[in-house]
Amino acid sequence: MADLEQFRRETRAWLEANCPRSMREPVVEFEDRCWGGTKWQFVSDDQKRWLEVMAERGWTAPDWPAEYGGGGLSKEETRVLREEMQRINARVPLFSMGLSMIGPALLKYGSEALKRQHIPNIVQGRIWWCQGYSEPNYGSDLAGLQTRCEDRGDHFIVNGQKVWTSYADRADWMFCLVRTDPEAPKHAGISLVLFDMNTPGVTVKPIRLISGKSPFCETFLDNVRVEKDQLVGELNRGWELATYLLTHEREMIGSIGQSNVDARLHPHAIEQLGLDRGQLADSALRTDIARWEMDQRAFELTAERITDEATAGQGVGAASSTLKYAGTEINKRRHELLVAIHGQRGLAWEGDAYDHGIIASQWLRTKGNSIEGGTSEIQLNIIAKRILGLGRA
Amino acid sequence: MTGRTMALLLNEEQRMLKDAAREFLSGHAPLTQLRKLRDQRDPLGYCPETWRAMVELGWTGILVPEAEGGLAFGHVGMGQILEEGGRTLTASPLFATAVLGVSALVLAGSEAQRSALLPAIVAGELTLAPAFDESPRHDPQAVATHLRPQGDGFVLDGVKRFVPDGHSADRLLVSARLGETGRIALALVERSAPGVEVQRVVMADSRNSAEIHFQSVQLAAGDLLSGVEDAADTLLRLFEIGNVHLAAELLGLSLEMFEQTVEYLNTRKQFGVLIGSYQGLQHRAAHLYSELELLKSLVLKALQALDTDAAETPRLASLAKAKAGEIATLATNEAVQMHGGVGMTDELDIGFFLKRARVAEQLYGDHRYHLQRYAALCGY
Repeated sequence: MADLEQFRRETRAWLEANCPRSMREPVVEFEDRCWGGTKWQFVSDDQKRWLEVMAERGWTAPDWPAEYGGGGLSKEETRVLREEMQRINARVPLFSMGLSMIGPALLKYGSEALKRQHIPNIVQGRIWWCQGYSEPNYGSDLAGLQTRCEDRGDHFIVNGQKVWTSYADRADWMFCLVRTDPEAPKHAGISLVLFDMNTPGVTVKPIRLISGKSPFCETFLDNVRVEKDQLVGELNRGWELATYLLTHEREMIGSIGQSNVDARLHPHAIEQLGLDRGQLADSALRTDIARWEMDQRAFELTAERITDEATAGQGVGAASSTLKYAGTEINKRRHELLVAIHGQRGLAWEGDAYDHGIIASQWLRTKGNSIEGGTSEIQLNIIAKRILGLGRA
Repeated sequence: MTGRTMALLLNEEQRMLKDAAREFLSGHAPLTQLRKLRDQRDPLGYCPETWRAMVELGWTGILVPEAEGGLAFGHVGMGQILEEGGRTLTASPLFATAVLGVSALVLAGSEAQRSALLPAIVAGELTLAPAFDESPRHDPQAVATHLRPQGDGFVLDGVKRFVPDGHSADRLLVSARLGETGRIALALVERSAPGVEVQRVVMADSRNSAEIHFQSVQLAAGDLLSGVEDAADTLLRLFEIGNVHLAAELLGLSLEMFEQTVEYLNTRKQFGVLIGSYQGLQHRAAHLYSELELLKSLVLKALQALDTDAAETPRLASLAKAKAGEIATLATNEAVQMHGGVGMTDELDIGFFLKRARVAEQLYGDHRYHLQRYAALCGY
């Protein structure tokens, strides 16, 4: 423990010296969070510098092995680092599917060559990864996916279509679920492959959402050549990796409510409605806000408790489904309430005076939270079957 | 150190205490005990042998400092016993005496009061009843009971309602306005003192409650807990302590209801299949599971806050009680509905949990009250 205290002191001093002031401000815009990659345009020198100094220590991925460029920290040290970053409201230096999804999968299932090729780039934020999962006819029923991957001797050829690929238009590489054995039962014929988005035959088309933004794309794959050494894990054993990756995705989406943004709603309400003898004038809205803040606090504490339980080797599996379900439903309620707090102003769509409709557009974006990464109903299915043991026999 | 020092986990000793509590309560004081007390209209309202055994297990001393013969084990430890008690609905003086009575003495008692009364409570020789509420819906401001100075002492007049253990405890801990000052005092009153009239109130949950009338009850100066100092803050803290432990009990109650319901879904067949194979019921059960996970975290955090006297304690106490009230309502209503007609029968235990959930929620404020209080504490 004494060592841990020393680590805390050193970390605190280092963060104090190296985390730029502007990187301690709450994240507001999408670009405030650095996603990295070759096409990334840093919003400030501070953002660039913050990524560089953290990546140099491997602290973009603090608990990954140092031999691949990670921080090599123990679980306890990682927790201390996280706490010390939270203490000064430091932004995460890098936020990416490389860190949250394909990186962990490569470390667990990838060949030595794949790790050496990709992990350091992920840690350094040099490559933006996107995920090729859903297809037009295979969303919740992901295991039915039909994108074909044929063996052509020294390489694979991939044909098909992916949809809901997050930021495929900005991404450098894709990790992609493909069907390698059409004859096998649906879960037994899937593999996971990696390819460069610049490969001939890859076409990306952004999808315009109700929010007016286009965070997702359709990705068309037309005779795309994939090198054999870019197969992750064993051929036809991709479903195991897929579920492993989905667990990480659920954690990421569910953790939306835990970012360093001040999630409380009542300061907005006080600003918009004002106080009448110390209370919000609208008593029904007041109760709605209090109930939401109760659930938000309970959710944050639950994420903390589940992390503590995992660190102590306790806890149940499928916890990520609980967090994903609760976290996204609570986040949707948050944005419904934000619109209510702002009234008609919250539904303005354009104009400087109305922040270009940011309240409405964020509200609409959250409708996808309980769909992407497995719908709320899929999470409830998982809880019912895996945790509660319902529906067997 | 500003890092998060305490993990949201039970430590080894707290876990052992929880396991021991579960073993004892399910073995020696299961729900059949409360059912029997109810059916026989037991005059005491709890089983004295069970209470004696709880005393021997040291439960009366969990919140008592070591100097006064206690274990100083803290609220997290005590909360585990309350949670387990929510699974068996064991009737005992534990909440009124060992949680609220002890806390009142520790927070506000004089040296003499503490040294005389705490060891007696630890030894199981003294029980207390918190006589605070006067109205059917909890309102801490509504204290009309008053103490009039007279000579060296005081005269007490007023009415207290829904007093837990009011008809069975040795002494009553009474909140009252002090003279014309408007200050709050906490007075210790013998239940058998002249002018004290106790009427047992049979509640839906079959646990002890009473209405108590005080008419010109003579008290000595030493019967006041904080003397003539204002005890309003002490009283508020006692409500917070009570509410966090009621939340712990409601958590245990809800978990028990939930587990029994899931068990039933995995046993009962209709149309030739287990009813748990229907998605309509699966999703409701899974939603309840998720809510219970949220509740667990709030209850543990609030118990830890009581032990560390964290600045966030008042807010956490209200959040824990509010969530516990809401979820216990959901868990018990879902239990009845998913059990179907049999859930409505007295033969099944569900009715006991349903009734206890509502009484425990109303005591010291339901979720509506606590959401309002939380908002006020946050300044909106």
